[in-house]
Amino acid sequence: MSGYFKELFSGTKSLAVGLGITFRYMVKPVVTLQYPHESLQMTPRFRGHIELIPNEETGEPNCVVCGMCQKACPSNCISLAGEKVDGVKGKVLTKYILNFTTCSLCGMCVESCKFNAITFSKEYNLAGPSREAYVFDLKKRLEDKKQ
Amino acid sequence: MILHPETKKALAPFVLPGLIAGPVLIVGLYLFLTSIPGGLARVIIFCGALIIFAALNAAYLVWLERKVCAHIQCRIGPKEVGPFGLIQPLVDGIKLMSKQLLLPKGIDPFLFKVAPLLVLVPAVMSFVTIPFGEHLAARNINIGLLMIFAFASVNVLGLLLGGWGSANKYAVISAARAVSQNVAYEIPMLIIVITMIMVTGTMNLNEIVMQQSGWFGNWYIFRFTASPLMPVAFLIFFVCSLAETNRAPFDLGEAESELIAGFHTEYSGMGFGVFFMGEYANIVIGCSLATILFLGGWQSPVGIASGWWWFLLKLYTLIFCVMWVRWTYPRTTLWGLLNLSWKILIPITLFNLLLTGAMLKIWPH
Repeated sequence: MSGYFKELFSGTKSLAVGLGITFRYMVKPVVTLQYPHESLQMTPRFRGHIELIPNEETGEPNCVVCGMCQKACPSNCISLAGEKVDGVKGKVLTKYILNFTTCSLCGMCVESCKFNAITFSKEYNLAGPSREAYVFDLKKRLEDKKQ
Repeated sequence: MILHPETKKALAPFVLPGLIAGPVLIVGLYLFLTSIPGGLARVIIFCGALIIFAALNAAYLVWLERKVCAHIQCRIGPKEVGPFGLIQPLVDGIKLMSKQLLLPKGIDPFLFKVAPLLVLVPAVMSFVTIPFGEHLAARNINIGLLMIFAFASVNVLGLLLGGWGSANKYAVISAARAVSQNVAYEIPMLIIVITMIMVTGTMNLNEIVMQQSGWFGNWYIFRFTASPLMPVAFLIFFVCSLAETNRAPFDLGEAESELIAGFHTEYSGMGFGVFFMGEYANIVIGCSLATILFLGGWQSPVGIASGWWWFLLKLYTLIFCVMWVRWTYPRTTLWGLLNLSWKILIPITLFNLLLTGAMLKIWPH
């Protein structure tokens, strides 16, 4: 008989505690964001697909087409080409293709780059109708971004 | 803006005639109703108002429920359609009304169609006796309490017929559960009502409210001279009304994870809408009864400025509690539910009944 009342009181108490917890959460500020209207600032270590870093003065890519990123990439997603231009040290980038479908965001390319030419972007709004949509022309992206 | 430009263009020619015809219709209706002799006009006006009240309650309680649930889960809830999402329920209603009423193969067409109405109509009928204010009741019936409980049991019939008529195994299981649950919880609820009738000496809801005038110590929940267990009785009444309306944590009848949607699985469009309206109307009735029996109805807690606003304030506070409970507790099991009723609620209410009887003998009111 004493067990019955003990259970009754402890049960009622635990129910009240539960109600208290949900009430506390109800008056707390909301944690969700209204996504299309607002979006989160990505953290500094967030890894989006890589992007080219423009030179601060000229706005052209920092890249000298040494090809280290291409060699470092374990899944061969990077292919780049450059040409020699008079009066510019090293080569000038003409094409930088990233095949994002096979990229695992390991970061070997970023680590291998000695010229501060590539970094992780903060891009996460990615959707496309085909595989080809994920073969990015990074040079073109940089130019689009400038505008 | 909420309306699509195309929709706006299509609606444009109807705006001016609507603006003229609307007031003309209302004035015409008023003149027509006032020309009817006797108290008939009052009843018709009240019935119309009550149906609108029930419909608006169903719509906006869904909105409130979604808001409460969202904030308990640290979300915002509906906000896109209108300010704070306030037009959302109307849009949902329009969607439900524009949907086809699908009659699946193998159903019993008559029972299938009549079941939603059997849930809604008794709930709306029960509103007739609820005193919203001192003179604000459609009919001041001297057996109001009895009438409400008589209609409340028709509601169960609606659920059973809906489940049975759907020819769907989930619906039938759900209907059986709902009925067993309702039968189990009607007992403690009615024992408490008997206790209350012993204390009040009347079944007239307005008179019960009148007896609780003055400060809030006069409310029956604090009437310790009648029974020291009055707050417990209120709590049990509240729990039973949750179970009677198939609300969480007693929503075994429509356990989504097991039974899809329970007895309204097969209903589409307004069939589902009417079930929903009935359900919310029943919640309002349950909370109104708890307010009237225990919390002083339309009486002010400080003895001044009593009126319908107090009734609505208490009513919606209780309804908020119903939602709060729903989003706090997980669903009980069937045996847990029946155990609670037979092992805890019924013994306590029976004890309370005996105690109240003894107390009334010692200190007659």
